[in-house]
Amino acid sequence: MSDLARREFDFAVVGGGLVGMAIAWGLAGRGRKVVVLDGGDLDFRASRGNFALVWVQSKGAGMPEYGCWTMQSSRLWPQFASLLGEQTGLDVCFSKPGGLHLLLSDREMENRTNALQRLHNQPGMEALEYEMLDHGRLEKMLPQIGPEVAGASFCPQDGHVNALRLLRALHVAFARLGGDYRSNHLVSRIEPRGGEFSLSTANGVFTAGKLVLAAGLGNSRLAAMVDLNALVRPQRGQIIVTEKVAPFMHYVVHTIRQTDEGGVMISDSVEEADYDASIGSEVLSVMAARAARMFPLLARLNVVRCWAALRVMPQDGFPIYDQSRSFAGAFIATCHSGVTLAANHALVLPALIDAGALPNDLQAFSTQRFDVPAHH
Amino acid sequence: MFRRIIDASRPALTIFIDGAPFEAREGDSVAAALLGSGRLTTRTSALSGAPRAPYCLMGTCFECLVTIDGVGNRQACMTAVQSGMRIETRHGKRNFGA
Repeated sequence: MSDLARREFDFAVVGGGLVGMAIAWGLAGRGRKVVVLDGGDLDFRASRGNFALVWVQSKGAGMPEYGCWTMQSSRLWPQFASLLGEQTGLDVCFSKPGGLHLLLSDREMENRTNALQRLHNQPGMEALEYEMLDHGRLEKMLPQIGPEVAGASFCPQDGHVNALRLLRALHVAFARLGGDYRSNHLVSRIEPRGGEFSLSTANGVFTAGKLVLAAGLGNSRLAAMVDLNALVRPQRGQIIVTEKVAPFMHYVVHTIRQTDEGGVMISDSVEEADYDASIGSEVLSVMAARAARMFPLLARLNVVRCWAALRVMPQDGFPIYDQSRSFAGAFIATCHSGVTLAANHALVLPALIDAGALPNDLQAFSTQRFDVPAHH
Repeated sequence: MFRRIIDASRPALTIFIDGAPFEAREGDSVAAALLGSGRLTTRTSALSGAPRAPYCLMGTCFECLVTIDGVGNRQACMTAVQSGMRIETRHGKRNFGA
């Protein structure tokens, strides 16, 4: 059958990154016929530039529902990782050793203490186990910290994963369930008609009964086609990776982690850089210097690679899940933390989308929060 | 296995490979000296443990990583030998800081 042939699917998922593939895998696992229409290798792909944390502490200030949603995903992660392992034979190297947010001055320590207190005092925020550690207690956990480190916040629920293997495992698992994945199928037009959706790509037109927009930075453009208002912008993050060394960091630090393969990743930058994914020695040297103040011995490691990626940032920083009110069956899912929330996207969201309605407890994530109230 | 094809004209110098003295020639790369010493493998992979050896000899493949004068994971093919240089072949991941 030629690529130009019309195809019928229960679901078209637009976007083949971590968010799209997690949802597509979940839908395929429910017996649905699913096509994933993905962009090309050279498109901006946040899923290849993330820091691979499954991070709980500090999530949800200003929206306690986001804190609870994050904790739910963290709880589901072990089950998610073992399901992927069973289906694919791939180990995504999930581990939950606990995470530390290192602080380099008494002032940073005080700000962090207050911020976490405010976060957890919010009504509706689920209790989260965390504590502030001073230099002495921290040094017992991480003997390599430098003298400038004032302390850290510690949360035993924080963890990390091999994110590239996670993306691969989702693709393999989706294919094994009979899912249809198409790269180089950038969706240029979506036309709702007669209770289904027609999606135009340079490589053919696809029709599906329902639609999930999970195209990251592409979602702003696509959402408008189904009458949804989803505001996302790119945020540049730069990453430094060192040579592989024998394991020496036994906890995850929010800006520094040693991967399962032994390399140390450093990522401590957030830039509003529009659609520019280049790296710059100015930011990289600040990141390296801060990392060496946290762990002086890092200065002795060889750096082997640096890169930058555009990460997806909803206008207010919180995830967006919604269904079009004009065109039932058109859903959107987009967020900043595609790794942390992957377990929810794979194990929780597909059943809701398949049932055709997002429940009230996801109402906080609706696009309606971006609507400007009418002036009275 | 490898035989030096040129020149006795370049001055000899002594380097240390895993502690043992070896006579190299000025202008040799560390990789050439390692191969000249009769070694067919110069490290094992950090992940699989598979034996590796200098391959591209031009800085591209990163197969020839060794510790040179205490600095780990240096490219042997891109480093010229110097008198008294200490070279350690590597087995598994570099042990670091623990």
